[in-house]
Amino acid sequence: MLDTVGLAEKDPDREQPWAELGLKADEYAEIIEILGRRPTSSELAMYSVMWSEHCSYKSSKVHLRQFAEIPQETPLANADGTQGVGKMLAGIGENAGVVDIGQGYAVTFKIESHNHPSYVEPYQGAATGVGGIVRDILAMGARPVAVMDPLRFGPLSEPDTHRVLPGIVAGVGGYGNCLGLPNIGGEAVFDASYLGNPLVNALCVGVLRHEDLHLAKATGVGNKVVLYGARTGGDGIGGVSVLASETFDETGPAKRPSVQVGDPFMEKLLIECTLELFAAGIVTGIQDLGGAGLSCATSELASAGDGGMHVELDRVPLRDSSLAPEEILMSESQERMMAVVEPEDVEALLAICRKWDVEAVVVGEVTDTGRLQIDWHGERVVDVPPRSVAHDGPTYHRPFERPDWQDALQADAAETLARPLDGDGLRDTVLRMVASENLCDKSWITDQYDRYVRGDTVLAQPSDSGMIRVDEETGLGVSVATDCNGRFAKLDPYSGAQLALAEAYRNVATGGATPIAVSDCLNFGSPEDPAVMWQFAEACRGLKDGCLELGIPVTGGNVSLYNQTGSTAILPTPVVAVLGVVDDVRRRTPSAFEVEGEPVYQLGETRDELSGSEWAHVVHGHLGGRPPALDLMAERALATLLHDAVGLLTSAHDISEGGLAQTLAEASLRHGVGVTIGPSDDSFVQLFSESASRCVVTVRPDEEGALEAMAGALGVPIRRIGTTGGDAFTVEGAFSIPLDELRTAWTSTLPAALG
Amino acid sequence: MRVGVVTFPGSLDDEDARRAVRIVGHEAVALWHGDHDLQGVDAVILPGGFSYGDYLRCGAISRFAPVMTEVVAAAQQGLPVLGICNGFQILCESHLLPGALIRNDHRKFVCRDQRLRIENNRTPWTSSFDEGAEVTIVLKNGEGGYVADADTLDRLEGEGRVLARYLDVNPNGSLHDIAGITNERGNVVGLMPHPEHAVEALTGAGTDGLGFFTSLVGATA
Repeated sequence: MLDTVGLAEKDPDREQPWAELGLKADEYAEIIEILGRRPTSSELAMYSVMWSEHCSYKSSKVHLRQFAEIPQETPLANADGTQGVGKMLAGIGENAGVVDIGQGYAVTFKIESHNHPSYVEPYQGAATGVGGIVRDILAMGARPVAVMDPLRFGPLSEPDTHRVLPGIVAGVGGYGNCLGLPNIGGEAVFDASYLGNPLVNALCVGVLRHEDLHLAKATGVGNKVVLYGARTGGDGIGGVSVLASETFDETGPAKRPSVQVGDPFMEKLLIECTLELFAAGIVTGIQDLGGAGLSCATSELASAGDGGMHVELDRVPLRDSSLAPEEILMSESQERMMAVVEPEDVEALLAICRKWDVEAVVVGEVTDTGRLQIDWHGERVVDVPPRSVAHDGPTYHRPFERPDWQDALQADAAETLARPLDGDGLRDTVLRMVASENLCDKSWITDQYDRYVRGDTVLAQPSDSGMIRVDEETGLGVSVATDCNGRFAKLDPYSGAQLALAEAYRNVATGGATPIAVSDCLNFGSPEDPAVMWQFAEACRGLKDGCLELGIPVTGGNVSLYNQTGSTAILPTPVVAVLGVVDDVRRRTPSAFEVEGEPVYQLGETRDELSGSEWAHVVHGHLGGRPPALDLMAERALATLLHDAVGLLTSAHDISEGGLAQTLAEASLRHGVGVTIGPSDDSFVQLFSESASRCVVTVRPDEEGALEAMAGALGVPIRRIGTTGGDAFTVEGAFSIPLDELRTAWTSTLPAALG
Repeated sequence: MRVGVVTFPGSLDDEDARRAVRIVGHEAVALWHGDHDLQGVDAVILPGGFSYGDYLRCGAISRFAPVMTEVVAAAQQGLPVLGICNGFQILCESHLLPGALIRNDHRKFVCRDQRLRIENNRTPWTSSFDEGAEVTIVLKNGEGGYVADADTLDRLEGEGRVLARYLDVNPNGSLHDIAGITNERGNVVGLMPHPEHAVEALTGAGTDGLGFFTSLVGATA
């Protein structure tokens, strides 16, 4: 029997399944207090999904608030090239942050997680992760123009990785390719801690004109609320609550029904249809339907607008006519949007939807009641203050404490481990390292993604950053990189988060772009573990301090908690995405050697820093010590040099995982241009240290002096280390590896493991 | 020349194809799948993508689009028609070209810079190339394996209707390494790789794809 508001008042003591829906006893009590009665089953459904960890950020928000302390502006250059200030047009709390990039353009970008669904059902989990972030970007009024996917898996040798990885990669490709969005970068990282909990983070970039900015608010009493896109089905019910906000438990029931199923063709139609609605100027407010579905869209639109909305839920087009109102409110069926339009524009909206074969139905209207009221065949099943659902969820001050094992971990430094003794030992180490799962060629994965569609891809993997042309006439473009070394974050979450920020910042800078803004995807274990909560708190603090020092704001992001298997959490993985602006993409700096006989320089200083390094991991299976020291002012100076030397540099490639050896190998193999570097006092440290704030650059032979002078003026350490050319990677006095041999080692790993 | 580019629901490379047409100096005309109207264009491109999601056989639904009635009729009168990737699949489903495109033999989507040899430079889409020219353009498909029965393959080979062949690597299991074919008259061309993604050095795999669009000069039927 239908549970209505009237019934809830008459029957106050009914037993309700709040615990099964993922609510805690005190949360249920608070709902009763807000409503002054027990919730109806539909209201209970709404609160349960909206107050979930995934939607309400209840464990994380006390830590996320500090990002608001960073000045909400960007270091955007003026038209004449002088340092200026760029506006943030939308920030944290919107579907995605929006920043000014000049010439009347704005860019919106955001990164989100879809971790648990991708473990349960790899293809659909990953596919709908892409779909969800694309709709967030679309909802801001932007045309999505590129995607990126930082991925993390268990070891390649594990059988379950062979179930999870191919499905996730095919899902990312299957969905993104079908939307016509180039996939321009990302990461593929392997570590034992991700075996039972892979990470699928999805980033999307969108471009809009300033005047096209749209926000998620339902304003204008009497305006119509339209649901359009795919029909609502029974998929993804409880995705944000019982799936995303709990730790996997081997004895529990299968959670496959909580995974959504994607239809990228419908999403492609939704994109084109929505952009045409924007162009027609008839959308007053818009929200995508993702996590928490209609519960989220209705309550967020209403609470951000004039405060009231009335919805006739039985008008929602269904895929399955037997769905109950609670299920319709909780369903996370994909490819749906909700728009608010003036009554006289409804017909124009419906016409545009018809053109694109997209189903659209008026399901409600904006009211001045201050209440979100939802009816089911004329009977009221929801009557709540919308803010109480969307924003007034619980806030937890979870206990956090530096774990007792942290000191012992930091004391166990990798700098004392046995090192290769001679040239042959170094040579073997280089070959073993380039073939290791984290450093090997990733084209088995990235060749399944379309990187060319839309015809504006200037840089894509394996370059340090992805770069997209925004304006064909002026050459204005944007660049994005995502990075995180979870091992560094485990050794020290504060500096680990800053190192992730610094690496993404540097990767954007190597292409010649000016880094201007940050989005983050903070993947951690259970917030109920004080040690994990400490890692999270430290990472947030590190990221905030880092952004303050670099002078770039956090524009939004996502938190994913409960990433653990049993009591073992994943490596703390604060993935940081940095957005950069390029004045003229035609002048971008490539990331690989293209010409023989050019001088090769290392920028930045190498120290004996091996703790948390790829070398310690691959050769010794070791994780301990302290991560590399980081001087963000040095990082900033390096980025300034890379920007100012655009046009002078013929290539620039970041030094990070695997050290200088990996950087040189990648820069050589891309176009088959070898390199010879001179002898060093300590070739091992030179080749494998992972000291921060470094990169390798080349210039034309006649430009050596100019580069050295610029570096000197900015205080960036610079050292000529060698010369491009030949068909081998050679360290004088130590070893030489023919590029063919190096290439075979580098490219064989993934195909051999995955077929 | 005025070159029409059809947009089906799910077309993805339509904008890219229009850009390629403009870059070589032609006028690009957007055509809509639901219209029985070619707007008097001098040539038509069916672009890449996943029309109707390609949940059924690729191109199997698009062939019934209203605009395809006009495309088929005009092609039979000699109008130059180029089907790229999904467009090639649609041309096969429309029986303007023989054979079919099936799932890649390795069962994965593949995106790579692909070397090809131009085997037939006597079509309105390839006349700018030298016969035997070796070019690199982008290949990206999930269902690009060209198949046909033995008699059809013999005829295609015997009549010189294999337009282009994969070099170095056969990326999808196509019989005879076939990357593209043409019809008997030579005006309808199906090509699995994407020349529209190789028209600007900055954003594509070089500029070898330009030849497919410059070839159109003076090719009006």
